Amino acid sequence: MKITINGTQTETGVETLAAVLDEFGYGDARVATAVNEQFVPVAQRGQTTLEPGDRVEIVTPRQGG
Amino acid sequence: MQLYGTDIASRLMLGTAQYPSPTVLAEAFRRSGAGIATVSVRREAGGARAGAAFWELVRDLDVALLPNTAGCHSVREAVTTAQLARELFDTPWIKLEVIGHADTLQPDPFGLVEAARILTDEGFKVFPYTTEDVVLAGRLLDAGCEVLMPWGAPIGTGLGLTNIYGLRTLRAQFPEVPMVVDAGLGLPSQAAIAMEMGFDAVLLNTAVAKAGDPAAMAEGFGRAVEAGGLAYHADPMEPRDMAAPSTPLIGKAFLE
Repeated sequence: MKITINGTQTETGVETLAAVLDEFGYGDARVATAVNEQFVPVAQRGQTTLEPGDRVEIVTPRQGG
Repeated sequence: MQLYGTDIASRLMLGTAQYPSPTVLAEAFRRSGAGIATVSVRREAGGARAGAAFWELVRDLDVALLPNTAGCHSVREAVTTAQLARELFDTPWIKLEVIGHADTLQPDPFGLVEAARILTDEGFKVFPYTTEDVVLAGRLLDAGCEVLMPWGAPIGTGLGLTNIYGLRTLRAQFPEVPMVVDAGLGLPSQAAIAMEMGFDAVLLNTAVAKAGDPAAMAEGFGRAVEAGGLAYHADPMEPRDMAAPSTPLIGKAFLE
């Protein structure tokens, strides 16, 4: 199915948010996630099933003022 | 200084953006003596791992971290960003920015209060980036904020304290509330003035990061903040219009 990760449309063969993170190399990374503008805590990634067209945001610590 | 029950030794808070290199950033923090670093959350492209490198860098600074919601223009966006930041940085502290105007980056006072209330109810310790508006400050305190961060001038301008009267009024109105002058400072002297006015700390980024020698400027700000704080607590003299000789006239030799 097609989903959008950080603004880029992407094809994925897996269904949960946790599996998507693994598939795209974020499995062990320090990241936080949101799906369709809703925060998804680490503990809920495994149960969060994605639908076609879902918008996934994956963020990391960055510089800020 | 206590912020939400946490003792912070330094009165200087420093941003982590726009430095020429990670090494310069670390050196600026070391020389400034800053006790808090502001950070943000941003997207990362797969495999780049810039976030991991930055995380290691700020962890090694050995200062408290204050994540921000920079760039958020709506309540919903700011709340979600705060939730992401809490998990990412493992802290309930959040520098809440809800921007209301593109050119001045002025806070949206209505969205700011609404977001502050939502986040406080969710257990966040909110540091609202606000204006010097006294009524807005009262609303933020009512919403559960225990710290206020009024701007000196718009972010990144380096104009200093553009509304001394407003800031003085705000300080006097809520004498017990920890207040941090956040944004708009360009020179250490401006930070010293804020501290001499009784503000508890200052937060800045661009003035240090964009200086020709960021580490030296950071040290300058560190010293200015310390000097201004000392002066405030030393009960300064009242200015007067007429001259008053400081050297005693009694005993002066008669030489005419």
